[in-house]
Amino acid sequence: MLAFIVRRSLLAILTIWVISVLSFAIIQLPPGDFVTAYIAQLSASGASVSEAEAVALRELYGLGQPFYVQYAKWMARVLAGDFGVSMEWNRPVTEVIGDRLWLTVLISFAALVITWGLALPIGIYSAVRQYSIGDYLFTLVGFVGLAVPNFLLALVIMYLSFRFLGANVGGLFSSEFELADWSWAKVWDLMKHLPLPAVILALGGTAQLIRIMRANLLDELRRPYVVTARAKGLPERRVILKYPVRAALNPFASTVAYLFPYLVSGSVIISIVLSLPTVGPLLVRSLISQDMFLAGTIVLLLGVLTVVGTLISDLVLMWVDPRIRYQLD
Amino acid sequence: MLARLFGSSSSAEGAAAAEERFAVASQLKLTWWRFRRHRLAVASGIVVILFYLLAALADFLATMDPHDTDARRTYTPPQAIRFFDDDWSLRPHVVVLRARRDPSTFRMVRDQATKVDLALFVEGYSYELFGLFPTNVHLLGLKNPQPSETLHLLGTDRLGRDLWSRLAVATRVSLTIGLVSVAISLFLGVLLGGVSAIYGGVVDTIVQRLIEIIRSMPTIPLWMGLAAALPNTWSVMQIYFAITVIIALLAWTDLARVVRGKFLSLREEDFVTAAELAGASQMRIIFRHLLPSFLSHIIAATSLALPAMIISETSLSFLGLGLRPPAISWGILLQDAQNIEALALAPWLLAAAVPVITVILAFNFLGDGLRDAADPYG
Repeated sequence: MLAFIVRRSLLAILTIWVISVLSFAIIQLPPGDFVTAYIAQLSASGASVSEAEAVALRELYGLGQPFYVQYAKWMARVLAGDFGVSMEWNRPVTEVIGDRLWLTVLISFAALVITWGLALPIGIYSAVRQYSIGDYLFTLVGFVGLAVPNFLLALVIMYLSFRFLGANVGGLFSSEFELADWSWAKVWDLMKHLPLPAVILALGGTAQLIRIMRANLLDELRRPYVVTARAKGLPERRVILKYPVRAALNPFASTVAYLFPYLVSGSVIISIVLSLPTVGPLLVRSLISQDMFLAGTIVLLLGVLTVVGTLISDLVLMWVDPRIRYQLD
Repeated sequence: MLARLFGSSSSAEGAAAAEERFAVASQLKLTWWRFRRHRLAVASGIVVILFYLLAALADFLATMDPHDTDARRTYTPPQAIRFFDDDWSLRPHVVVLRARRDPSTFRMVRDQATKVDLALFVEGYSYELFGLFPTNVHLLGLKNPQPSETLHLLGTDRLGRDLWSRLAVATRVSLTIGLVSVAISLFLGVLLGGVSAIYGGVVDTIVQRLIEIIRSMPTIPLWMGLAAALPNTWSVMQIYFAITVIIALLAWTDLARVVRGKFLSLREEDFVTAAELAGASQMRIIFRHLLPSFLSHIIAATSLALPAMIISETSLSFLGLGLRPPAISWGILLQDAQNIEALALAPWLLAAAVPVITVILAFNFLGDGLRDAADPYG
């Protein structure tokens, strides 16, 4: 089991390394070098940069040297917590990102919880009452959830709420809290705004999970041990919840590993439609204005968070589910 | 099983004949019989075919040049086709509201309504049918229109471009981008999945780790980063192919998994051993025996991968990081519907959502049906 943990962590580190190389490639890809663009930007805003300062900047970023040297210099600075300067905002990247990263994680995590909370009971219901009206209804809703890209869903819900409720449902905070410091009132305000984007984000994944849960449970329900339990006169609720549901949960729980990256990806897009203060809108803006240090940092941080989240969920799963542990030994 | 396939036959003779037919049928035939039973999948297949027909005939079905802008036509509401005149005589027409500027308020007002007849096979802008035959005939249009009278079945956008025509052309772009991406990722998936299964050992480990790494990355931010780095100077065609490659590069993993799994399980089958003992070469075993037995699985996996590709392209273009105007795709059309002000003013801009949802649903049902049918012996 220890071997598994070590192997799993090594893979996570390898993944993070690949993501960091890709992020750096994204920073490097646009034509022209960063320092020239930065100096042009500063001169345009009135500040002047002396020749010596320019040389120092070039030295700092290792410009003119091979890709791997530049990458190593960048990586060393990132590990020390220096992610570079955002050209558009003229401030350190970490300052620009601020709370947005944690709000992204919060929304993705809330969506994960909602996905599970919806998919589990609905999946059980659909399997136990197979081919009932409810089953068909949920299957239909599930397919629609699967087919409608979540940004489209956000768009339609925004239009409907504007049309029929006259309210703009975008954002994560009421206007009076938007710039305020963190307080309990602000947290409560956030809690009130969180459900809508989280539900929109969760719907696509929920549909998939319902289908997986339904199929697994249907397989289990046909097993002889269920017939035996019923023949022995166990109450129906216990017959179903005690064994088949637990047995059907295994593949269900392991889907979290690919669900989390999917949710983080999705949150980037719906944040733009619903104008949520997450990293999504920031990433799009920085990419369009070629503010590459900001963009690269966001891609890197999102990637790392996703990998770490997946790793934690895998380890927790192993801790919770004895079958996985036994399989490994 | 047999009774379900052929309908219950009452006589023993009929059953025997059915059994005979079942026993000698090829795998493809069995798959087809099985698929035919899945009504929803068959209907979805028809929808998909219709959409590809629309894509092939996009210019013929378009009523106006999709790139033609006109400030006087900004945000024209959709014009409903009316089949009957006031006296209930048959006369297909639309009511065209001509816009003019109010001399006192300087606002555009649409208050001059005229009935304009519709006609089939009218002349319009020039195009090449199937990219081969230059023509200017379009299916539907106005009969002898005045210059200021134009047909807008789904209304117009901010620049006065006809939404129906744009939608038709966008369908072609979005549906083919899915096909090209799926072809690339199919190639990568079959190649890497197959290599991984055949050689095993270190190769297998490397490919499997690679798949795990790609699957644990949040794809959309990466796509966005890569797509944004495409040079501005590239032509529409270059961007189109670059986007398909970017989408395919991160999407082949599912197909590779299917191929590898099938390869590994089939390799243990008796018929493979039999072929080996009969002295068949490795290549012959792979292409004559293994590939046909999981071809249907690949087809099913492909039709399930296609909607994901279409969503990816639509999302990227929607964010302004995929295809760029003057290219037209579903994502680009939806981009116009991005902000609430535009939507409140012109809700018909959301029309582009209808084909997106329909096609993705149809592909999902079709893929489901194919997947069930892929295993006709099960």
